[in-house]
Amino acid sequence: MSFFRLVGVVAVKDLRAELRTKEAINASFGFALVILILFSFAFERSIEGVQEISGGLLWIVFAFAGTLILNRSFARELPNDCLDALISAPIPGAALFLGKAIANFVLVLAVELVSLPVFGIFYSVDWTKQIWELLLVLLLGTWGLTVIGTIFSALTVNIRLREVMLPMLTYPIMVPALLGAMQLSSALVAGKPIGPDNVSWLKMLAGFDLIYTAASMVLVETVLVG
Amino acid sequence: MTAVAAEGVWKFYGDYPALRNIALEAPEGACLALIGRNGAGKTTLLRALAGFSRPGKGKIRIFGHDPRELEARKRMGYIGHGISVYDELSALENLMLYGKLYGLENPRQTALEWLERTGLARVAGGLVREFSRGMRQRLAVARAFLHGPSVLLLDEPFTALDDRAIAVLQTLLREALAEGKTIVMSTHQLREALELASHVALLNRGQVAFHGPCTPEMVSDPGYVYARYGEGG
Repeated sequence: MSFFRLVGVVAVKDLRAELRTKEAINASFGFALVILILFSFAFERSIEGVQEISGGLLWIVFAFAGTLILNRSFARELPNDCLDALISAPIPGAALFLGKAIANFVLVLAVELVSLPVFGIFYSVDWTKQIWELLLVLLLGTWGLTVIGTIFSALTVNIRLREVMLPMLTYPIMVPALLGAMQLSSALVAGKPIGPDNVSWLKMLAGFDLIYTAASMVLVETVLVG
Repeated sequence: MTAVAAEGVWKFYGDYPALRNIALEAPEGACLALIGRNGAGKTTLLRALAGFSRPGKGKIRIFGHDPRELEARKRMGYIGHGISVYDELSALENLMLYGKLYGLENPRQTALEWLERTGLARVAGGLVREFSRGMRQRLAVARAFLHGPSVLLLDEPFTALDDRAIAVLQTLLREALAEGKTIVMSTHQLREALELASHVALLNRGQVAFHGPCTPEMVSDPGYVYARYGEGG
């Protein structure tokens, strides 16, 4: 079976298992909703004020809520020792990693896409002015979070305090991706298209995704087996 | 040909050597029973043979390949302490998943055949979380045999099985041996294991205390190996 078909088999398995239980996605969406509502009480509600903080606000919510999904990624394999069966199957570690990362990406993106209209309603902001560019930033930023979250989920899977360890390890590494996504999102929500003054953030975001995807694919075998 | 070989294998947990200079072989078609008290290193050795962890020192070979090579993994089937199937998926979905991961030509057909052989055909579409313990164990056996492995690594395979699952597993193991497949199994159930075993390895505190062919004395008196070679013998 080709590499990409194996990636698909792993991704479909994870998505099917999650959609049957809805454990992580319900918790993640509920958490995103609660933070968005709480922050709406805490911050100034003028249009300019909200536009200025929108990038930071959205990506903090996405990073926190996304961690709940990413935490489950390899932890899902622990009951019944399913991780042993996956590790002993004749599939490259990179295929296993990519399959899991794609499933996580779809789930985190789904939470983000539902959270955006909620953000628009609670903060009275029209976030759709540059919707296609905003979607591009969402895709790149979410892939960055997902790649880092998935590889560290594999690293922390056998740690008893993995729910605590995963965010502590991943957030510092995510900083460049979060910074780029925040800067771009704030400008796009305010209606400013990506131009010469901020295109470097987009390049940095794409570079971050490429580098960490490649590094994770190379390292995942060592992370899982030692 | 040597199917499974360990040469000078050491495995450390921190500073503690769980395996000390293990050297043993299982020729193709052999059934090697790994016996020893709790903590002797049986599970650690089986996990190293299966490629779940790398030895600190020494070499392991499955038909001449490192256990992490895809060629070795294709030829290996493993039953550990867990059943290694997903509660959220149906029995058929679980077996099809592994069939696809092992590159079977017709995963659905093979999965259905194994569900039939293990008496689970009528619950093929049922979610595993709704299965009884015995049904889950039979599904685990089907998963391990699904891809027709040449080497079966079994960690306490008879422990906690119900009568039906024991009967299914014993039949499958006898068939596998008749087909020339190699079995390495750790066990405390000496009588069941020694009836099948062609070779025996006794582990004691991470070391091989005895490794050799299974003799009639061992089969007639399962305590013989411990009495003769065990516990520092």
